[in-house]
Amino acid sequence: MNWLSTVGEAFYNAWVPEKRYLAYLSGLRMTLLISFFAVLIGILIGVLIAVVRVSSRHSKSPVIKVLNQVARLYVTVIRGTPMIVQILIIYNLIFTSPSTNPVIVGAVCCGINSGAYVAEIIRAGIESIPIGQMEAGRSLGLSYHTTMSTIILPQAIRNILPALGNEFISLIKETSVISIIAVNDLTKMAGYVGSRTWDVIPPYVIAALFYLAMTLGLSKALGTVEKRMAKGQRK
Amino acid sequence: MSTLIETRNLKKAFGDHVVLNGISQHIEKGEKVVIIGPSGSGKSTFLRCLNLLEEPTSGDVIFEGKKINAPKVNIDAIRQRMGMVFQQFNLFPMKTVRQNITLAPVKLKKMTQDEADVKAEELLKRIGLPDKADAYPGELSGGQQQRIAIARALAMNPDMMLFDEPTSALDPEMVGEVLAIMKELAEDGMTMAVVTHEMGFAREVGSRVLFIDQGIVAEENTPDEFFGDPQNPRLKDFLSKVL
Repeated sequence: MNWLSTVGEAFYNAWVPEKRYLAYLSGLRMTLLISFFAVLIGILIGVLIAVVRVSSRHSKSPVIKVLNQVARLYVTVIRGTPMIVQILIIYNLIFTSPSTNPVIVGAVCCGINSGAYVAEIIRAGIESIPIGQMEAGRSLGLSYHTTMSTIILPQAIRNILPALGNEFISLIKETSVISIIAVNDLTKMAGYVGSRTWDVIPPYVIAALFYLAMTLGLSKALGTVEKRMAKGQRK
Repeated sequence: MSTLIETRNLKKAFGDHVVLNGISQHIEKGEKVVIIGPSGSGKSTFLRCLNLLEEPTSGDVIFEGKKINAPKVNIDAIRQRMGMVFQQFNLFPMKTVRQNITLAPVKLKKMTQDEADVKAEELLKRIGLPDKADAYPGELSGGQQQRIAIARALAMNPDMMLFDEPTSALDPEMVGEVLAIMKELAEDGMTMAVVTHEMGFAREVGSRVLFIDQGIVAEENTPDEFFGDPQNPRLKDFLSKVL
């Protein structure tokens, strides 16, 4: 029992005195904001890159070919280097002014990283649709774009959504990395509390519970959406 | 009769692999050309060059006197007049049978949705599946799916139909129902190019039979001559194996 009360006291100290719970909440708010905008940036970049990569397969335009090489380089570099290094480079390269809004810094860094993964998820989803579907559409006289938007994409989206959901879940977790560039997100705030109480484990456990709540919530929500979509579908 | 589609010295290579090595053919309006040959001989590639699903490496494809394998030709407009039926059916799995049939005419503004629905009903009656309009392709047998694929192509009121081994992926008991529809279509005067292994169909329905072997038309004739008195030794060999 003695042990239990010690632990209880440690958590109490990490949560109640000096309204420390407000620190977690402000960190949580920051993490949510950064995640939200990072997802938007990730989708925007991901869709653009995927469009370039997919259309380069049938297009002969030299502009598309060049863009495709750029897109490939982007995906290779982002996926082949640690996010923490990317953040340090981007932060010190672009956001050198101390007055930069931390939400923007975090969202841009994480969004640029996520975009590469989103692009590959979308590309793989589109390429998983049998070539016969495109040929059937084209043979009826539909244009490439009409076939893509009315026949291929609606099928591809079913393959894309679950993978995209997983990407967003891991994005929320990975935003914690931006605490190294002094953005006051959930992880950073937990660290501050720990430095006040001289006991870092309880605040980090609390932060972990917050992350867990977010990812579980999101995966629940995605599961519901997937079920909804499955309802209207038949093979 | 006038020529509907024509190829001039058509060649197609995939990398170093030459598949078509100079094919010059005319298909007249109303003609039913059946194309047979060993697998890998290039017969499907030839068919797919006619609506440019494969782009010829050299040579011309000429539709109603106009070269269509040229830049600036609106190939979508040409394809609207050439229906195609595939070995694997390629129906749109997320759409109902009715939507499969009406999608192209409506998207391409050939018909309103109401007109297309009427047309779909008509076509479904014609292929003997009037009660399947709201079914999804996955719920249907292969034979039914292929009949619907034919209806889908016919919904555009094409001048010509291309069939790429339409019965090769079917269970044997379903081959007949698909061939029956094709035969009916032929009797209605549709211009047809059919790649098939169904020699009975070739003999009965074809107005001309082509034997493609090693990328060229090795022999062509009326069905009676073609099957009754084959000249080319490779054709003789081929027929002895399949008949």
